[in-house]
Amino acid sequence: TVPVNGSEEGKIKAPKPMKTGTTIAGVVYKDGVVLGADTRATSEEVVADKMCAKIHYIAPNIYCCGAGTAADTEKTTDMLSSNLTIFSMNSGRNPRVVMAVNILQDMLFRYRGMIGAHLILGGVDCTGSHLYTVGPYGSMDKVPYLAMGSGKLPAMGILEDRFKGNMDLEEAKALVSDAIHAGIMSDLASGNNIDLCVITKEGVDYIRPHRESIYNYKRQAKYKYKPGTTPVLNKTVNQLELVHETVQMMETAGSS
Amino acid sequence: MNTRGLRSQLKDSVPVTGLCPQAGSYGVQDSLRRGFSSVKNELLPSHPLELSEKNFQLNQDKMNFNTLRNIQGLHAPLKLQMEYRAARQIQRLPFLPSSNLALDTLRGTDDSIGFEDILNDPVLSEIMGDPHIMTEYKLGVL
Repeated sequence: TVPVNGSEEGKIKAPKPMKTGTTIAGVVYKDGVVLGADTRATSEEVVADKMCAKIHYIAPNIYCCGAGTAADTEKTTDMLSSNLTIFSMNSGRNPRVVMAVNILQDMLFRYRGMIGAHLILGGVDCTGSHLYTVGPYGSMDKVPYLAMGSGKLPAMGILEDRFKGNMDLEEAKALVSDAIHAGIMSDLASGNNIDLCVITKEGVDYIRPHRESIYNYKRQAKYKYKPGTTPVLNKTVNQLELVHETVQMMETAGSS
Repeated sequence: MNTRGLRSQLKDSVPVTGLCPQAGSYGVQDSLRRGFSSVKNELLPSHPLELSEKNFQLNQDKMNFNTLRNIQGLHAPLKLQMEYRAARQIQRLPFLPSSNLALDTLRGTDDSIGFEDILNDPVLSEIMGDPHIMTEYKLGVL
């Protein structure tokens, strides 16, 4: 609860920020990186967004999955993307993944964990394919396979069991998809569809959605009221008559 | 020598700490210019990161200048600080927002975006000080 008016009595509950209680995962395979995420965003006990996009664009060769507070991950990745774009324009090069990670670390450490962004960065640059995780306090880890978010334990179980080095594309996509699926099944705060993003040297394949949930929540019937549902008791018509008409010229910003 | 300009510089660069942080002239709380004050807000930070953020740029500069002094010698930070001081004086009149382009270029922040560029943009500010009073204050006439 956030005390309003600075007093302790009469606390008004501010709405809780929307969290993406999430399952996100990433895997490095033979030709690049596969990132995966579920699509549910929750606000306490209610699903706030059924088709949330958790895989954010950072650079043409770098994408980032975000777990934690939805606004924090959005804004942080947006700012990171803007900074890297300016850098690319200045230097004429595609940014390296390690540069994105360093900028994120500096920013998140500066705010001592107040920015609740748990991120998985994956990308392919001139030095190869990389997968990093950055925590909200500024910690960093570089690993070949990763899962983050509230559903990371079941997802990690699947990854630990079936990961091998140098997988091919279909194997890697199936592995990430199954890991996210395990997170969705075992965690309340993850659900709905699975998005995948495949990053290679040639380009990016953003598959949204890769697998749709079988619970599709289609409306069963039309809920519009037919005309005539509300009975009309009586009707009076007042004709308005035009009395006087004037035109006044105004100075606008367009006129010099 | 322009004594008027010098007096305005002194006014803003000698903070009187201790007794009454909100003090304007005569040591009395200056509600018109600095708003209402509360003892708790003056003594304790209202957010765990308030002090660290308030001094962030200052501390970064100190750290960088120290490193520069260790690597290149005392002349390097001295010259740079002189340039910073010169660039900081390129300002518009007090009630207009200044771009600080020279200072940004020196610092290297002209090609990076931070929260200070997105949030609280002075162009979108809803309040503006009275031009006459602000200029008189800056010149030390008021």
